[in-house]
Amino acid sequence: MRLEAKNISFRYSRTSPWVLEQVDFAVCSGERVGLVAPSGYGKSTLAMLLSGYLAPTGGAVLLDGKPLPTKGVCPVQLIGQHPERAINPRWRLRQVLEESGQLRGDVLASFGIEREWLDRFPRELSGGELQRFCVARALMSGASFLVCDEISTMLDVITQAQIWNKILEEAAGREMGLVAVTHNMALARRVCTRIYDLANRTDQAVGG
Amino acid sequence: MEEKQPLLEISDLSVSFRMYDGSLEQRQLQVISSLSLTVYPGEILAVAGSSGSGKSLLAAAILGILPANAAVGGAMRYGGQPLTPERQRSLRGGEIALVPQSVAYLDPLMKVGRQADGHQKPRPTARRRELFRRFGLPEKTERLYPFQLSGGMARRVLVSTALLADAQLVIADEPTPGMGLEQAKEALSMFREMADEGRGVVLITHDIDLAVDFADRIAVFYAGTTVETAPAEDFRQGALRHPYSQALWRALPQNGFQPIPGFQPYAGSLPKGCLFAPRCPHRTAECEAAPPPVRTLRDGEVRCIHAT
Repeated sequence: MRLEAKNISFRYSRTSPWVLEQVDFAVCSGERVGLVAPSGYGKSTLAMLLSGYLAPTGGAVLLDGKPLPTKGVCPVQLIGQHPERAINPRWRLRQVLEESGQLRGDVLASFGIEREWLDRFPRELSGGELQRFCVARALMSGASFLVCDEISTMLDVITQAQIWNKILEEAAGREMGLVAVTHNMALARRVCTRIYDLANRTDQAVGG
Repeated sequence: MEEKQPLLEISDLSVSFRMYDGSLEQRQLQVISSLSLTVYPGEILAVAGSSGSGKSLLAAAILGILPANAAVGGAMRYGGQPLTPERQRSLRGGEIALVPQSVAYLDPLMKVGRQADGHQKPRPTARRRELFRRFGLPEKTERLYPFQLSGGMARRVLVSTALLADAQLVIADEPTPGMGLEQAKEALSMFREMADEGRGVVLITHDIDLAVDFADRIAVFYAGTTVETAPAEDFRQGALRHPYSQALWRALPQNGFQPIPGFQPYAGSLPKGCLFAPRCPHRTAECEAAPPPVRTLRDGEVRCIHAT
């Protein structure tokens, strides 16, 4: 499969400045692309456009040549920087997970999500634990593409490595495509196959 | 550094919260236990470690701004004198300044230029403009309200506020998220300059790479206590003492990216002995019997009986 942003531009209103102007970006199944640029270059905006949270002002986001579906679970799932803002604070975590489909014991176990946590409310867990739920939810939805926007910036490095290793394992097993927004070049080199610099619009292969 | 008089000395600090257990039963939830650390004039002490290990609570305890249901034990000394609640009240915002973690600490109804100037008379406008310029904040920023700033801009205003207060001790709680790498480095080099003038900085951060580049020593927190205090250089080389700090080092993307399994224990269900024992590859019966004492090892301090 191929997820593509075709000549997209975005601004919040007709009078506000462009956040993104005529960007071309694509990611294929099995590919893991790091998205880097200094603050304010529209990395998060591009992440939200790719996953259907925002509609482009110009151009189009296409999945295998077709627009993203507007009904049902989106095959492109976004994971953000603040898990506490992505989870309904009034739902128990069991409900949060079940919304995205069948509970998968293997995913829960490999994220170290304890059964007892499922009966808690989001405020009763730490940011690192909640982020595991956000990732587990995205993986259990059966998505083909995962867009990770600074998902581990606020986590300690052990939790960061735990979450990323699981994502990489799952992505490899299911031939998922991955976009990772990050400021951390060491992390980008570790998890990505290619790095795209949104500031000067250049591509760079990783390792080899 | 041993011959210098410490600026801030914390020994055996504990913080617990009084909670109600559904019924009218009260219980104490211990969130910081037997925590000790020392800050000398002229140094940046970084505080790193697990999310939820009590790093921000430490900042609040030093400033005396913990919520009312908190109980504090142990001793804190500032400039050689006990840091009493009265002294905390008179020193904070002046001699001891905080860079808060949340950008919500800015007054939403006050323009940020005036806010950064603080209560000083006369207002340090020229210095503040210079700081804003160094941070890459446009001239007009001073006339904006907090809601008109991006996260990274608000963060830079918060840092300027503390730098302008002419504090002898700055407690910076996660000052860099949302800033780009260049801005983060600029902010930390300003802290570095402050320290080089003989003041002290406590830098609470997740970003071990930045801590290694700018701090003199790094204290590693786990489950509400310090497990190790080491020269920053040891972090660069991976010459660490405590198994948890070693695990942090190995989990860095540039050093293997290998996590250890398991989680930090919760306040309220802490193990009886060493707090790290349940996840530790070197644990023995002795570790689980009693909390290990702090001992000095290779120019650093460690709370582990097996460390070498």
